[in-house]
Amino acid sequence: MKFDVLVEIRLRPGIADPQGATIERALPALGFAGVSQVGVGKAIRFTLDAPDEAEARAQVEELCRRFLANPVIEDSEMSLSVGAAP
Amino acid sequence: MSVRVGVVVFPGSNCERDAAKVMTSLGAQAEMLWHADASVQDCDAVVVPGGFAHGDYLRPGAIARFSPVMSAVAAFADAGGPVVGICNGFQVLTEAGLLPGALQKNRGLKFLCTTVEVRVESPRSVLTSRVAPGTILHIPVNHFEGNYTCAPSTLRELQSDERIILRYVDNPNGSIDDIAGICSPGRNVVGLMPHPERASDPLLGSADGVALLSSLLDAAGGPAKPHGPWAQDRDREMPARLSTAAGTPSSRQAS
Repeated sequence: MKFDVLVEIRLRPGIADPQGATIERALPALGFAGVSQVGVGKAIRFTLDAPDEAEARAQVEELCRRFLANPVIEDSEMSLSVGAAP
Repeated sequence: MSVRVGVVVFPGSNCERDAAKVMTSLGAQAEMLWHADASVQDCDAVVVPGGFAHGDYLRPGAIARFSPVMSAVAAFADAGGPVVGICNGFQVLTEAGLLPGALQKNRGLKFLCTTVEVRVESPRSVLTSRVAPGTILHIPVNHFEGNYTCAPSTLRELQSDERIILRYVDNPNGSIDDIAGICSPGRNVVGLMPHPERASDPLLGSADGVALLSSLLDAAGGPAKPHGPWAQDRDREMPARLSTAAGTPSSRQAS
């Protein structure tokens, strides 16, 4: 089965996010009031061929743990859906 | 026979020649270790130099740690061999799990390129054995992700085991506990953000890095490796040999 996978990487709570802070500081000057809690992360999309959803999730989790995220400073979250037929 | 120092070269490394030049000028033989070759070629010490290994894609060091040479470097480190990661090399060593923690973006989101004061906190590492604790060294930094961080339990371990070997006098990047450099439990793997190879001649503005890199050569050539002089008792009195090692040092003892 083909799965469409989206992995979102975000900084862990307590880890400084200077990019998010800088964006937040810039917003009032552009007329956007009321925006807070800006966080900058990464989104990584790919397709994965796996026998079933449980196996696909296990593989993506392993991939995140070993490579896509650095667990010292980052958390990851996956969204997974059955891909469109080729 | 002179000591052989391997300098790892990834696509995107850019300080490998500086490192090799200093090693050569200190009497060692420098060998470039291409990242795709899973070997450290009988070297006595390994330097993972600064730069942007694999373009720093994903995260600094994230892809470099999978280069074949890193398995050889890990085996060399496990056997007690001296390994020093400078700047991007430090990032690579943390990603590879040879050192704990991670380097996050600098506080203030600024790329830093300046000379800073770094205090030697412990002589018990392959990079600091020649330098007395408290010595202030002037060494350039050049990084965007130099803000060291780690779990609170890791920090306590680093502190209690005297594994924080270098601290910034005036923290430039937000690094936790002013950490500029740490070592492994075996004290043979060292990572630091400042560039000692760029402080290797008075013409460059400072020669303070020479004492550090000379320490590495001591470790590489020491008769008792892998348990070299850096592993000795912490109460041992360390002679300050900066004046002989660095020629005309700008270093001075902290008051």
